[in-house]
Amino acid sequence: MSEKYIAAVDQGTASSRCLVFDHEGRIVSVSQMEHEQIFPRPGWVEHDPREILHNVVEVVRRALDTGGFGVSDLVGLGIANQRETTVVWDRVSGEPVHNAIVWQDTRTDSIVRKLGKEHGQDRFRDRCGLPLATYFSGPKVSWLLDSAPGLRERAEGGDLLFGTMDSWLVWNLTGRHVTDVTNASRTMLMNLETLDWDDTLLDAMGVPRAMLPAIQPSSKVYGEAGDSLGGVPIAAALGDQQAALFGQTCFSVGEAKCTYGTGSFLLLNTGSRPVRSAHGLLTTVGSKIGDELATYALEGSIAVTGALVQWFRDKVGLIGSAPEVETLARTVEDNGGIYFVPAFSGLFAPHWRGDARGVIAGLTGYATKGHLARAVLEATAWQTREVVDAMNADSGIELTTLKADGGMTANNLLMQFLADVLGVPVVRPIVAETVSLGAAYAAGLAVGFWPDVESLRAHWHKAGEWLPQMDSNARDKGYRKWKKAVQRTLDWVDDDD
Amino acid sequence: MPKPIQSIERASAILRLLSGRTRRLGLVELAGELGLPKGTVYGILRTLLSVGFVEQDPESGKYRMGAALLHLGSSYLDGNELRTRALNWSDWLAARSNESVRLGTMHDGQVLVVHHVFRPDDSPQALEVGALLPAHATSMGKALLAHHPYLAAELTKKELTRFTPATITDPQRLLAELEQVRVDGWASEMEELIQGEASCAAPVHDRMGVAVGAIAISGPIERLCEGSQIRSDLVSYVREGARTISRDLGAVPW
Ligand SMILES: Nc1ncnc2c1ncn2[C@@H]1O[C@H](COP(=O)(O)OP(=O)(O)OP(=O)(O)O)[C@@H](O)[C@H]1O
Ligand SMILES: [Mg+2]
Repeated sequence: MSEKYIAAVDQGTASSRCLVFDHEGRIVSVSQMEHEQIFPRPGWVEHDPREILHNVVEVVRRALDTGGFGVSDLVGLGIANQRETTVVWDRVSGEPVHNAIVWQDTRTDSIVRKLGKEHGQDRFRDRCGLPLATYFSGPKVSWLLDSAPGLRERAEGGDLLFGTMDSWLVWNLTGRHVTDVTNASRTMLMNLETLDWDDTLLDAMGVPRAMLPAIQPSSKVYGEAGDSLGGVPIAAALGDQQAALFGQTCFSVGEAKCTYGTGSFLLLNTGSRPVRSAHGLLTTVGSKIGDELATYALEGSIAVTGALVQWFRDKVGLIGSAPEVETLARTVEDNGGIYFVPAFSGLFAPHWRGDARGVIAGLTGYATKGHLARAVLEATAWQTREVVDAMNADSGIELTTLKADGGMTANNLLMQFLADVLGVPVVRPIVAETVSLGAAYAAGLAVGFWPDVESLRAHWHKAGEWLPQMDSNARDKGYRKWKKAVQRTLDWVDDDD
Repeated sequence: MPKPIQSIERASAILRLLSGRTRRLGLVELAGELGLPKGTVYGILRTLLSVGFVEQDPESGKYRMGAALLHLGSSYLDGNELRTRALNWSDWLAARSNESVRLGTMHDGQVLVVHHVFRPDDSPQALEVGALLPAHATSMGKALLAHHPYLAAELTKKELTRFTPATITDPQRLLAELEQVRVDGWASEMEELIQGEASCAAPVHDRMGVAVGAIAISGPIERLCEGSQIRSDLVSYVREGARTISRDLGAVPW
C-alpha cells in the first residue's frame, strides 16, 4: 500500500488554506489563498461565501498538485473555520441571500443592547456560556432576516438555511445541512448542557428552528465530497480555535494554548463539565469525538492582535510586510511610554465592552515610528496577560507555561516580550499551524488513520522556548500603564454613532 | 574607456522615467519621452519585466517600477521576513531529520542566525537566534559564500580563524571547496567549528535567484555522519527544505 495522507482546510478570516499531513503529523504540502475583506461601513465586515467556497476547493486541489498526489492518496479531509461568521442561503438555489457577516462586525450593536436591556449582558450566560456581544452568530442571523422583506417568512417556511462557515462548506461539499458542536456553541443559540438548540434562545433572538443545521460531533464522517473533490470523506469540522486546542494535543483537563493570528484566543480544557466564568471568559465546547462525551473549554478571546499588524502595514504604511514590524521595533530599546489598545471592534475578553474604541496613549514628541511598532507588538502581549489573569482566577490554577502557536509566533521580539509580561516560559510546538493539524487529527480519528488521542501526543515537540527576563518592577509598571490605557478606550461610542 | 552599451543606457533611461512609487507610464508615452521606436522600447520593457525591475498593471497595461528594484537597496532579505516565510518548512525539516535546524543570512561577513528550531526530542535547548557565526567554519556560511563570490574574496583576504584542527584556514582550500559547494548545491562542515559536531546546509534563493539565506541541520557526528560523510538522507532533506522555501519565496524551481 502506498503512503496515505490526511488533509485539513483552515478556512480563516483572512485566507483559506489547505495543509496535507503524513501519518507522523508532519506537513507535506501547503496552499493558501486570501479572500476579499468587504467593509461596507465603519464597523461592518463581510465576506463573499461563494468566493470562500471557490477558494476552499481550489486550495485543496493546489495542495494536492504541489505535493504531487491525488485525492485517492487522502484518507479524509477535516475542516477548521473562522467561527461565528454567519451565512444564510436558499435551500434550493444554494445562493446566499447576503454576504456573510463576519465575527468582527459590530452592526448588531443595537440588537445586542436591546436584548440585554433589563437583564444585563449575562442574561443568557447560564444557557450558552456567552455574554451578549456583537461577536456571536444569533444576533447576526436576526439582523440578516430583517435586512430584506420576505426573508423571515422564507426562513420560517424552511426555504432558507443558516450556517457558520463549517455548515456552508459541508452543505456545499456533501449536501448535508449539519454543523459541528464547537461551532454551534458560538452561535448563542445552543444550550451548553443539552448540546441542542435552545427554544428560549431561539425565541429571544427571533431565529426560526426550521433554518438550523443538525448539531453533530466534531469528529465524524459527515459525508463524501462531490466531484469537485473526488469523493474524499469529510471527516471533521471544528471552530479554528478549538481545532488549535486539539492540534496542540491539549486533551486533558488543565491543558491550555493560545493561538496568535488575526485575533488571539486562549483556550483551557476543563474536561466533561462546562465551567462558568466569573472573570469575563467564555464557556465553549472544545470538541466532541464521535459518541464520546463532549469536552468543554474556557476561552479568552482577543479580537485584534495580528490584525493590528496588518492595519499598521496596510492603513498606516510604515512597514511593507507584517514581519517588518519586528525590524522596525528593534530600532528602539523600549516603547517610549506608548501603549496602543486596539479596541477596533470594542474590547473582547475579559472586558466585553462594545462601547470601547482604539486608543494610542502616552504620546509625546519623543515618540518615533519605532516606538509605535513596539506598542503594536506589545499590545498582543498585554492583552494576553489580561486573559491569562482571568483564566487563573476562574480555574484556580496558575498557568506555568504558555503553549503558543499561529503566524505571530514567527515574531521573536513578541514571543520574548510575551514571556516577560506573563512571567512564565512561552513554548512553540513543531507545527505552528495547529488549526489545520487539529482538524487533521479529528478527521484522522474519525476514519481510523490514528487509533486514539494518546497516539497523537507523541507528535507534539517543543520547537522553541522563550524564558522570562524582565524584572518584576518593570513588568508591574508596564501592566499598570496598560490598564490605564484600557480605561481610556471605554465609553467612546455614543447612541448617535 | 570602452563605448557604453546602448541598450543598457536605454533601459536606465526607462527606469529613470518610471522612478517614483506612483509613476505609471504606457508604452506610447515612454517611446515618446525617449524619442525611440515603440518596438525598441517594448523589447527593453519585456526584459525588464522578466527580471522584475518593472511591473505592468494588468488593467491599464501601464508600466511601473518593479518590487525587485525597490528592494535592491537592501542587500539581503529582512531576516524577520525570512524567518516568517520559512517557518513551516524549517519545522518540517526538524521533524523529518530529527535534528535542530538553523536559518542564517550573511551579515558583515558573518552568518547571522535568524531562526532556530529545536531538535524535536524535548531535551533542554536554548534559542540561538541573533547569534553570529564564522562563515568559513559553518555549512551555512559555505552555502552562502559559494553564491556570493565577492564576499568570499573579501573574507579570504583576511586571516581565517582556527576553531578546531579541522577548521579550513587556507584561503585556496576554502575557495576550492566553495566551488564544489556551488556545483553540488549543498555544503557540509565536519568538526570545523566545534569538535564532535557536524552540519550540512543548502542555500535559499529569492525570486531574483539571489542566495538570501541558508538552512542547516547540525548535531553530533555520531548521529549525522556515516563514515566520514554526512548521511545522504539528511542531505536530501536539507536540500528539499531549501528548495521548498525558495519556491515559496518565488525562486524558479530547479
Ligand atoms: N513576523 C510577524 N510579526 C508580527 N505579526 C505577524 C508576523 N507574521 C504574521 N503576522 C501576523 O499574523 C497573522 C497571520 O497569522 P496566521 O496565519 O496564523 O493568521 P490567520 O490564520 O491568517 O488568521 P485567520 O485564521 O483569522 O485568517 C497576520 O495578522 C499577520 O499580521
Ligand atoms: Mg487562522
